[in-house]
Amino acid sequence: MAGQMTAPAVQTRRAGTAGQLAGPRIKPTKMAANLVLLVIALLFVLPMAWVVVASFDAQATLSFGVPDALTTDNFAAIMTPELTWLPLWNAFVLSFGAGAITVVVAVLAAYPLSRYRMRFGKYFLYSVLFGTCLPITAIMVPVYSLFVQLNLLDSLPGTIFFMAATSLPMAIWMTKNFMDSVPISLEEAAWTEGASAMQALRQVVLPLMRPGIAVVFIFVFVQAWGNFFVPFVLLLSPEKQPAAVSIFAFFGQYGSVAYGQLAAYSLLYAAPVLGLYVLVTRISGSAFALAGAVKG
Amino acid sequence: MAVTSRGAARVVPLAPAVVLLALFMLGPVVWSFYGSFTNAALTGPAALNPEWIGLDNYTALFGDPDFPKSLWLTVVFVFLSAVVGQNVMGILLAGLLRSAVKPVRSIASTVVVAAWVLPEIVAAFAAYAFFHSEGTLNTMLAGVGIAGPDWLYSTPMLAVILANIWRGTAFSMMVYSAALAEVPPELTEAAQLDGANGFQRLAWVTIPVIRRSISTNLMLTTLQTLSVFTLIYVMTGGGPGTDSSTLPILAYQEAFKFAQVGYGTAIATVMIIVGAVFSVIYIRALRPEVD
Repeated sequence: MAGQMTAPAVQTRRAGTAGQLAGPRIKPTKMAANLVLLVIALLFVLPMAWVVVASFDAQATLSFGVPDALTTDNFAAIMTPELTWLPLWNAFVLSFGAGAITVVVAVLAAYPLSRYRMRFGKYFLYSVLFGTCLPITAIMVPVYSLFVQLNLLDSLPGTIFFMAATSLPMAIWMTKNFMDSVPISLEEAAWTEGASAMQALRQVVLPLMRPGIAVVFIFVFVQAWGNFFVPFVLLLSPEKQPAAVSIFAFFGQYGSVAYGQLAAYSLLYAAPVLGLYVLVTRISGSAFALAGAVKG
Repeated sequence: MAVTSRGAARVVPLAPAVVLLALFMLGPVVWSFYGSFTNAALTGPAALNPEWIGLDNYTALFGDPDFPKSLWLTVVFVFLSAVVGQNVMGILLAGLLRSAVKPVRSIASTVVVAAWVLPEIVAAFAAYAFFHSEGTLNTMLAGVGIAGPDWLYSTPMLAVILANIWRGTAFSMMVYSAALAEVPPELTEAAQLDGANGFQRLAWVTIPVIRRSISTNLMLTTLQTLSVFTLIYVMTGGGPGTDSSTLPILAYQEAFKFAQVGYGTAIATVMIIVGAVFSVIYIRALRPEVD
């Protein structure tokens, strides 16, 4: 029975690999696969669809529902400097700062790791790999006490450096992998002309790995932009807090009534991240780039 | 001499990374072990000059009925939402995506990845609204004549587990999609010609070939789920009571709500040790690739 069933399946696959279009009749198993996927997609999209629909709904509730009237009042209500623009600006400063520091430090660290055979290089990479695994939420309470001791609590630069440090292990790992794919022969040419290692890095290697650096920067930026727990613990003054924290405070104060505004705020805050993700998929040519990088 | 100075010059670019990692990653870990032996508080003199109290925090921890409960909730949360939920959903989706037509494939993968790309606080609000007693889920259930319970109150663990599956499945789906793409089609075709059905091909051909990806992914999703805080904190706040207080929530509440920073640090130390054990297993599994 199974043997009879399988013969046409093999043919379909061969036809597929030969680049031909699928036939007009789709096999029932394929139909089932498509159907199951659509059901899963529907279940996955429902919670997110609420955010989008509620933000344009004048009488938004907690449930997804077709609005009686579309409005942009929710957006107009939240677009004030202290509620939206300052927290978004703070989020940008935090994320850009963390991204820039991480990229510079990771490129510097990746260069010797990628180019020289060092005795302790392997151990350093193991520690870095260990760092990528460390659950950051686990260390937030000790980080708080450490920041009290260092007098860094409620300091924007302190928080930026902490966020840079926590994304550094992953960034070094990714940058080293990108750098490994730049052939060393190009630098050897630069060295014979008398360039130092740092000159070779700046003038030969970096221009060749621009897309890789962009991916690492966006990766760190997106993580910092979406991070709630770290600024929630380390930044105390409302005027320093990024959008993730101020949106939570808004939820605590008005969340139980102003669902539409909460949804509008969420949408506004999530939009840059979604845009950057699309950008990464364009740069790296793969929709699953971030997870691929994580896999190492 | 020349060799050593050249060797030293080569190491210099590593210095900023070493300083940052030592100060902000190694520092807190060391501080955590030290702080868990002190009576550090949130404010007042005990915040700046904590006193050494030995093992008091740990004896209090193991005598506290909330701790074993929280440990158990963490195990349940990690096992059901990461090890079972995200992994099974991930491999299922990766498999289905391969046999789907292109528009369905792009719709499904975009939607699943979107839940993962969203900032965690937005994802948490969305999940809160979905499982709320007046939320989307109960509206749908009412549509077919079922009066849904107040999920966040009566079954908080179920709600946060399902929410975490929704939030995190994309990662496993992407890892398994990449892994399945590398399974040589000749292998499955040969099994097919030998009369193996779909399930047999999965069990005896596909899974053995991608087992490395499976172990890597299990470890990474476990570690990520171990540190989930925002999703649970926004959805249930660890409640009702402590019925959904996993270790990160418990540590946060002890340290910042009840101002027992030393006690919270002891919980953090337990989490670091659990995380470290998983990390070592993970790195050992990866070792041949690193060398």
